[in-house]
Amino acid sequence: MAAGNFEKYKSDGSLAGNALEWLDARFPATSLWKGHLSEYYAPKNFNFWYFFGSLALLVLVIQIVTGIFLVMHYKPDAAVNANGVPVAFASVEYIMRDVPGGWLIRYMHSTGASAFFIVVYLHMFRGLLYGSYRKPRELTWLFGVGIFLCLMGEAFFGYLLPWGQMSFWGAQVIVNLFSAIPIIGPDLSIIIRGDFVVGDATLNRFFSFHVIAFPLVLIGLVAAHVLALHETGSNNPDGVEIKANKDENGIPRDGIPFHPYYTVKDIVGVIVFLMVFSAVMFWAPEGGGYFLETPNFYPADPLKTPPHIAPVWYFTPFYSILRAVTYPLFGLDAKFWGVVAMGASVVIFAFLPWLDRSPVKSIRYRGPIYKTLLTIFVICFFILGYLGTLSPSPMGELISQICSVFYFAFFLGMPWWSRMDKFSPVPDRVTMK
Amino acid sequence: MSNQGKVDCGRRRLVVATAAVGGAGAVAALVPFVSSLLPSERAKAAGAPVEVDISKLEPGQMMTVEWRGKPVWIINRTKDMLDTLPKLADAVADPKSEKNQQPAYAQNDTRSIKPEIMVVVGICTHLGCSPSQKFKKGAEEGMPGDWLGGFLCPCHGSTFDFAGRVYKSKPAPTNLEVPPHYYMADTRILIGEDKKGA
Repeated sequence: MAAGNFEKYKSDGSLAGNALEWLDARFPATSLWKGHLSEYYAPKNFNFWYFFGSLALLVLVIQIVTGIFLVMHYKPDAAVNANGVPVAFASVEYIMRDVPGGWLIRYMHSTGASAFFIVVYLHMFRGLLYGSYRKPRELTWLFGVGIFLCLMGEAFFGYLLPWGQMSFWGAQVIVNLFSAIPIIGPDLSIIIRGDFVVGDATLNRFFSFHVIAFPLVLIGLVAAHVLALHETGSNNPDGVEIKANKDENGIPRDGIPFHPYYTVKDIVGVIVFLMVFSAVMFWAPEGGGYFLETPNFYPADPLKTPPHIAPVWYFTPFYSILRAVTYPLFGLDAKFWGVVAMGASVVIFAFLPWLDRSPVKSIRYRGPIYKTLLTIFVICFFILGYLGTLSPSPMGELISQICSVFYFAFFLGMPWWSRMDKFSPVPDRVTMK
Repeated sequence: MSNQGKVDCGRRRLVVATAAVGGAGAVAALVPFVSSLLPSERAKAAGAPVEVDISKLEPGQMMTVEWRGKPVWIINRTKDMLDTLPKLADAVADPKSEKNQQPAYAQNDTRSIKPEIMVVVGICTHLGCSPSQKFKKGAEEGMPGDWLGGFLCPCHGSTFDFAGRVYKSKPAPTNLEVPPHYYMADTRILIGEDKKGA
């Protein structure tokens, strides 16, 4: 239900009541509260998978708050200080060792980055399970893909800032990807770096993108994502439209107010999440070398690439697809097609609402074809992610090629295989399993 | 104010013209922002040539110097290393250095001015990592058994021989770049400039 069709608050004569009446006459306080929380009706059958949207919002807040405090001490400067260490690297060390509480704030931020991707990947997987991207929620899904792209940019720019070995060489590789684009590529990569090599100019502009430009866009997209969702109403594990069955007051019979029912439920999710989050943050902030990679504890050295470089775990599935392309095509380098494949593997998610032609939304009423293919897709995604953390090898290359082919076949074949499945009848009302 | 559906064409044209002029102004305003992303004058000026003394470089050794923020390798190749080059003519992608990755004076069998001294930018032509030394023959340093020595890029596995020539079917599209350089004296090289009048 969209906000706006609610009566203005009438005071009961008390001081607080008068204040609220004054406010509500000048600002849509009541209608925002009711439209998005106390009278936003969400399906009553949400399950485990529905925790991750609100958790993503929580992690966004964690990242913004910790980020604000980190910027107070961090210096984006690649120049070498009196001790022979780059200023940016030294300022991160300073945060870790000398700023009271600095180590904790930094670990919150670095753990938060990985947590963001875990939560968002689970949130996207929920969409695949229950067809959340299908009509009428295509736009919500598109805003979501936008958020995902923005998040990848945010993570990439942020990873350069500690100015460690992995920061430097990771940025070097990714920026050089753009130089593979014919004609404009070499100039484009110079515009991105602001120099002929990754250097101080690059560090400063990445800092600007990381703390201003991308967060602003991200918050805007998150607002659009939630507004679009609240316009159509939430999907649910049965993929049934609850608005199709309303009572005499126009309220969906299978809907319950988001507040207090789902706010309370989500608090349970928040508590469990924060327990896991704290455990990682205090006991394993480096995430076994996956959250903070070992070479990044050495300052950036433009003359020496670490013996093994790999992106942070959340980029590795796409990185594997990049490496899997080893054949030139149409007279263009394999390098260019690798970049195209990697870009396509992310952007292809945006086309899901139009690729999926099945008559039902939820996996509960879809047949063995979808269940099998989705399982293989997830396995491929994990294998690609794992291979992306390893050094290149002939065997790994072959496996990543097979997985990449399946990855794209899953999406591109969807208009055909999604129709061929055996479907079971969808109930009129949601079920409580 | 309402015209009740009647469109005043004169005003409509003025609105369109105003929007067009305003739009052009907005596009013009992008120019300083986009140009600020280009390398600054300071960055452009930073490419000064580097003078290197190689008198202490023993045969078989390699040294790295920084030029324009990139590593430049200087390798004093032994006879043994040089002897591997002709054997690899079929294994490398561009054995005769036909692609423009070196000055004309280094477009020869050893890709160098003096046969034993190799000067090359140590940046992989794939995605810009710096390859690691794998000078020992055979499988000792984790390479295949028939390895003759050279370089391995740790990022995507491109391999190069002692002249910086890339092996076939590897991600790197071209040989390593030989920078402009010349000998100021027998053991002094200037990297970043061609010899005047040469």
